[in-house]
Amino acid sequence: MSRERKRKLITSVLSILFAATVLLNFFNYEVPTFLWALDGIVLFGLLSYYIITQKLVTYMVKRSLEAAVVLVIIATMTFLLLRIIPGGPFDQEKALPPEVIANIEAKYQLNEPVYMQYYYYISGLLRGDLGESYKYVGRSVTDILAETLPNSIQLGFYALLISFLIGIPTGVIAASKHNTWIDNLSMTLAISGVSLPSFLVAAIFILVFCFSLNWLPPALWEGPEYYILPIVVLGIRPAAVIARLTRSSVLEVISSDYIRTARAKGLSERSILFKHVLKNSLIPVLTFSGPLIAGILSGSFIIEMIFAVPGMGKHLIQSVSNRDYPLVLGVTLIFSVLLVLSNLVVDLLYSFFDPRINLS
Amino acid sequence: MSNITQQQIRTPKSLWSESYDRLKKNKASVVSFWFIVVICLVALFAETLAPYPYYEQYIDDILASPNSKYLLGTDSLGRDMLSRLIYGARMSMAVGIFTAIISLFIGATYGAISGWFGGKIDAVLMRFVDILYSIPTLVLLILVKVIFDSLNLFEDPELKALTGILLALSVVGWVNLARVVRGQVLQVKEMTYVEAAKAMGASHIWILIKHVFPNILGPVIVLLTFQIPANILFESFLSFIGLGLQPPFSSWGVLANEGWRSLRSFPHLIVSPGIVLFLVMLSFNLFGDGLRDAFDPKMKK
Repeated sequence: MSRERKRKLITSVLSILFAATVLLNFFNYEVPTFLWALDGIVLFGLLSYYIITQKLVTYMVKRSLEAAVVLVIIATMTFLLLRIIPGGPFDQEKALPPEVIANIEAKYQLNEPVYMQYYYYISGLLRGDLGESYKYVGRSVTDILAETLPNSIQLGFYALLISFLIGIPTGVIAASKHNTWIDNLSMTLAISGVSLPSFLVAAIFILVFCFSLNWLPPALWEGPEYYILPIVVLGIRPAAVIARLTRSSVLEVISSDYIRTARAKGLSERSILFKHVLKNSLIPVLTFSGPLIAGILSGSFIIEMIFAVPGMGKHLIQSVSNRDYPLVLGVTLIFSVLLVLSNLVVDLLYSFFDPRINLS
Repeated sequence: MSNITQQQIRTPKSLWSESYDRLKKNKASVVSFWFIVVICLVALFAETLAPYPYYEQYIDDILASPNSKYLLGTDSLGRDMLSRLIYGARMSMAVGIFTAIISLFIGATYGAISGWFGGKIDAVLMRFVDILYSIPTLVLLILVKVIFDSLNLFEDPELKALTGILLALSVVGWVNLARVVRGQVLQVKEMTYVEAAKAMGASHIWILIKHVFPNILGPVIVLLTFQIPANILFESFLSFIGLGLQPPFSSWGVLANEGWRSLRSFPHLIVSPGIVLFLVMLSFNLFGDGLRDAFDPKMKK
């Protein structure tokens, strides 16, 4: 099988699998874990196959080591920042008796010097132990994260998905109808989408769809009808950004020499668009996915708060004001891991779709 | 040659005045620019323009709907919404503009050093930037803000409230600028005029100030126009989730936060700051687009 055909086959198998999982996950609240796992295994298998056949093993090892170093540095920086900020985790309005404070501090090893605390934390981290929350007594940070992370990922994933599903076609249509009213309209919408503060959209949507029309619930995260509003509100901005990016990228490709050649050969506009323009113009859009994911991650904090989605955003904000050191560190690290991982995957995808890029 | 008519001969113009001419032709950008100017003036002259002080409570008129006495109504503590919006413009615009200036200063210096000296210095400096990129912005922002707030740099309560968020946003915001400035410096560094200056024995600082900076100014100004609305939006997000400015101070985010609590019964309290914020963001984005096209006409499609 030629490389091109293999690529096509892999892409379509993956897309079908993902589409199936996404749909099932959206409409049935109970099913997903197993299917997500299957998806993960297939994706992981394909990635490792790709890595091995393309001789990217050394590259991957290098990147993973780098990622590990970056994560340790982030953990250290956050740890230090947390110790610098004033106020401690057990400061209360009504001061506790000194014996109680001493006992609590001894339990969490807070009475030891900072470098010892740091040593305990990092050695715990290396064993995969994120420590115990100060505020949610008796619950480990891993536990709290395991409970909330899936919701955050679900929200972010769907928002990313719809921003691609809306943004790319809009950008392509606008570019192919360049300088017509369709182009102007979509670009006006796109620039408005970039400028809309999410709380305004959320407020208007809740007023219209929840209070006036009574179609959708305004809060919580318990089924398909709960997902729609948060996902749409979170997805608007990235969708608009992608639409603008796609449009300028398509326009650039359209004016290139090989498209002129394709026209000169007498290919139909349709096949030029789908066979030549799209493939080449989506690569810059793909490279933008890294910053895009970062943006969705920060954006989701606000959305989670507005729609009372039980995700990690709430914990991040509260844990800082509670000075719940282990929880802050846990949430920060998880977000950093997500960012680092998604950047790595984006780089791999980039080289997969654009054979000119040689990672090793 | 004699048949060239008067129209065909172009008077020579500098890059800047050509850009200015192109910008003038873009109506959306011109309108946006004047809108931004108006908002800046409103922010500057808030005391004269606002009908009431932003903190004054009129207990007899709590949660009034928009009427002739209070054009945009009052909030749950009886404060005039229009006045709060006008004073909000001051805080929001101050955060947006000053943060952009501070982060430009840090980012440009950092990026210029990194790009100009290259080699090991560049590798180390950029690795640090990469690390900053992997920390979730919000975490860094919150932690840095708590630290700056505790420093108590100013006596004046208004300045004190502003500094924490301003410095925190700058600490987070310079990274992008550093990357862009570095990329531009790397390009300009290879130009023959830089080589010529070097050959004539000019010092590093001289070349950077006299030759490099003027030539990278265009893209940097464009980035700055996009940085300002990003900062304003970020401030409003932070204030909205209760981590930014605190009432009685007013910024558009603070107003949105207060309005959110009475969304169902008094939607005008969140819609008015939301729309003002939207218009300001839109103007900055349109103006930024226009500037980019004006500086780099090849990009215009």
